[in-house]
Amino acid sequence: MERHDVTLTVNGRTSTVSVEPRKLLVDVLREDLGLVGTHIGCEHGVCGTCTVLRDGESIRSCTTFAVQVDGAELRTVEGLASGSELHPLQDEFWDKQGLQCGFCTPGMLMRACEIVEQKPDVTREEVREGIASNLCRCTGYQFITDAVCAAAARMKAGSTETTGAQA
Amino acid sequence: MTTVDRPDAPPVRTHKPDRTWVGKSIRRVEDPKFLRGRGGYIGDMTVTGMLYAAVLRSPHPHARITGIDTTEASAAPGVHAVITGARAAELCDPLPDFGPNPAAHTWRCLAVDKVRYVGEGVAVVVAESRYLAEDALALIDVEYEPLPAVVDPERALADGAPLVHDDLGSNCAYERTFDFGDVERDFAEADVIVTDRLRWHRSGGQPLETVGAIADFDHATGALTVHTNSLSFTSYLFMVAGTMKIPANKLDVRPLPAGGSFGSKLFATKPAVIAGMCSREVGRPVQYLEDRVDNMSNCDHHGSDRVYEVRLAMMRDGTIRGIDIDTVEDYGAYIQFGVGHHGNALAQVVGPYAMTSVRYRVRAALTNKNQQGAYRGFGSEVNNWMLEQMVDKAARELALDPVELRRRNFIREFPHFIPTGNVYDSGDYDAVLDKALELSEYRHWRDVQAKAREEGRCIGIGLITAQERSVFSATEFWFWFDEPGAPVTSMPESVTLKVDATGGITATLYSCAFWGNSPETMVAQLVAEEFDCDPHDVSIVYQGSKNGLPATGPGGSRTTVMLAGAVEGATAKIKAKALRAAAHLLEANPDDMEWVDGGYQVRGVPEQRKSLADIAVMLHLFKHSFPEDMESGLEDSKVFDHPYTTMPSADRTDLGVFYPFMGHACHVPVVEVDLETGSVSFLAYAAVHDCGTLVNPRSLAGHIVGGTAQGIGTALYEEFVYDDDGQLLTSSFLDYLVPSAMEVPELRIGHHETPSPYTLHGIKGGGEGGRMMAPAAINVAVNDALAHLGVRVTELPITPDRLRAAIRAAGG
Repeated sequence: MERHDVTLTVNGRTSTVSVEPRKLLVDVLREDLGLVGTHIGCEHGVCGTCTVLRDGESIRSCTTFAVQVDGAELRTVEGLASGSELHPLQDEFWDKQGLQCGFCTPGMLMRACEIVEQKPDVTREEVREGIASNLCRCTGYQFITDAVCAAAARMKAGSTETTGAQA
Repeated sequence: MTTVDRPDAPPVRTHKPDRTWVGKSIRRVEDPKFLRGRGGYIGDMTVTGMLYAAVLRSPHPHARITGIDTTEASAAPGVHAVITGARAAELCDPLPDFGPNPAAHTWRCLAVDKVRYVGEGVAVVVAESRYLAEDALALIDVEYEPLPAVVDPERALADGAPLVHDDLGSNCAYERTFDFGDVERDFAEADVIVTDRLRWHRSGGQPLETVGAIADFDHATGALTVHTNSLSFTSYLFMVAGTMKIPANKLDVRPLPAGGSFGSKLFATKPAVIAGMCSREVGRPVQYLEDRVDNMSNCDHHGSDRVYEVRLAMMRDGTIRGIDIDTVEDYGAYIQFGVGHHGNALAQVVGPYAMTSVRYRVRAALTNKNQQGAYRGFGSEVNNWMLEQMVDKAARELALDPVELRRRNFIREFPHFIPTGNVYDSGDYDAVLDKALELSEYRHWRDVQAKAREEGRCIGIGLITAQERSVFSATEFWFWFDEPGAPVTSMPESVTLKVDATGGITATLYSCAFWGNSPETMVAQLVAEEFDCDPHDVSIVYQGSKNGLPATGPGGSRTTVMLAGAVEGATAKIKAKALRAAAHLLEANPDDMEWVDGGYQVRGVPEQRKSLADIAVMLHLFKHSFPEDMESGLEDSKVFDHPYTTMPSADRTDLGVFYPFMGHACHVPVVEVDLETGSVSFLAYAAVHDCGTLVNPRSLAGHIVGGTAQGIGTALYEEFVYDDDGQLLTSSFLDYLVPSAMEVPELRIGHHETPSPYTLHGIKGGGEGGRMMAPAAINVAVNDALAHLGVRVTELPITPDRLRAAIRAAGG
């Protein structure tokens, strides 16, 4: 099958990969770029586990062909922490136990990232509605909502302090 | 009727009142890697030379395979092998099966000459990528001769139904009636007999990560290594080896974190067997990872699927005397766990109520559906739903307050033996109820309900009080038979603790791969409690099955109790050696020394002290400082057996103690029903749980919220729907509806602690959390909302279609 060169900037790093046009973005991220943090849950765009940000907006990487996002700026869970310092969302997910098995967490974090960046004063109800795009089978969403609200408040206050835990 | 010769109960323990780490909501030690996307799940792992497998699945519910042509698929680009069911049967023996008459309904990793449900595997392709493997699947030509299918379990048991397994000669794999206590007397003396027919349809765990395995067969040594997210492998490893036809000591199963399980990965042997078979065939490592359709149509975790005919023997004052349960269970095409789901139910069949007799008739039906497996609650959640529905109905028929009726029947003296023979170790149901009434603002909502009804709004309150049994005994899998095939009684769990030369502690676990619960945090907290260190400094590793110690794995809410026992045992051995070493170094009498703040010191002389690190470095590096017989190093293990089980009686009128640590909860959802659309929405939800002493309250709260969310799914949305012809209509998340953040309400959670007298710190299991209670509570709430219209829903899930049908039938 013919192949196409696709150039992606993921978490600030630009790579060009040669892929079949049918290859899904999530498989390119995981297999060609080695970024396995983006997970595959349902492969039909419902669960949101594969969520990544394209130019700041969340997309399903399991129903997106890599050739469709040639030239895009992407962010994945690997781009959230800065060295040993967790992103406020990651830190609050840890502090509020916004995860149990952790499988939906990367997609949930990226969706939450979009929510809090687009609306720094997001309400609890808006967080619930916002994360309804992503399924979580463990938590019942309550502690995730707590974590996103806490992170939004912290990010709005411009604080980069963690709550004391080491990454 | 006989009762068992019951060995003495374990000694009652006194629990340490002031604990440092147990009981604290600490940040989980597992989380940082998952937050960074570095969880290391099966799909994230690559082995050099790895190939990929994909399975061709039957589109027919019931058909003979009359021919398979794999020529074109075998020649397709990148394909290394195509294995059909017939070839698979040569390579592998049948899958492990705990069902009755396993030889008459043989279960294999791929179908051989007949398919028995939509989704059953027919052939597997091994190729250089999953894309190429799936391309080749489309080139396999299978000829089927369709057969009539049977879908409804009661029809399956009727004369003339199509046979799922010809050799069995019937679709009834098992039938037996048990009497516990004097059923005849209780029903003869009853003032009122409340009856009902109830139907619970099947749903399943549906974790976001599917099941998978990477297998690597070494033809040079005959050894097979399997990396897998399937769990509980240690105790039945030899059976997998048996299926693979290799010696058990040549099989190493290595646990990986699971992206959720909820019971669904408890056995999950098929992916490991398929990957192992493919690896042996092609001589390369092979990954088989289910996609979502694989997982929904051909998994090991479709949950209970029951019809109940129930009778409750009641006295006019509300006393419940006995219960007579007749249940038909739809197991699908094969039986994996036997009728263990019903054994589970029998552990707490009378709920928190002091009944004196139980009749339990179970019939196991085979139909053309996916086989059942485990799903959080494992049949007990279904029993809770049935019992609470009956108690609620009894309150209406006797015109008694449903709260008062429950209170009148509560068990109040412990330990308490229920009619089946199981023991409830401890409990305080009144206290939990009181707390729940307060937390839920029950009275307030009753007022709201009354006012709303005047406005024509249908608000319902669903108070239920129900049990959560924990720590199963293996006897529940075989006490169904007078002469069981394998009457095993062991279900241990093991831990090794190692103190290194710097005093750092590493705990090795032998079966409990992380699956969303938090065994690492729990063990770290318990170790920290014992050694006065920081839980985040404890290192946790998992040992593969090779050289592993005996372990049973998670399931039946046993992990915390069992690992706690193992940690305690291993700690005692290490501390005994450390004490002897410290006493020697300080030239003191061990009897004069005590453990204080992470070290041993002479009682009353704190300066005469050796910290754990002091002792450890000496034991690792200074052999000549110790007596000849003191070995170097500071490491020990504990194989911890079940704290309290007994054998059943020979005539099975008493099943013995098999699930003794009895948690309890009261759930109070408040719902509003929209009469026009049949939708149900939540106005409030409160839940109070008593799981004994809490190790990490937030972790348990997570189980409660998450379990309740799953219970909401079970109650209102989730169902594996097969049409009348046996076609699966819900094979994706587009039609199998997992609740989202918009469907799950904010929960108010309360904890109550009644310590178990028989476990370390008084811990009981709580892993099955809210799913034990929510389906019952929501059903009761919906019925409460519609009672004034004469509507009562007796079937789960309560979909808008079903609810509208019930409302229409009542003239609404």
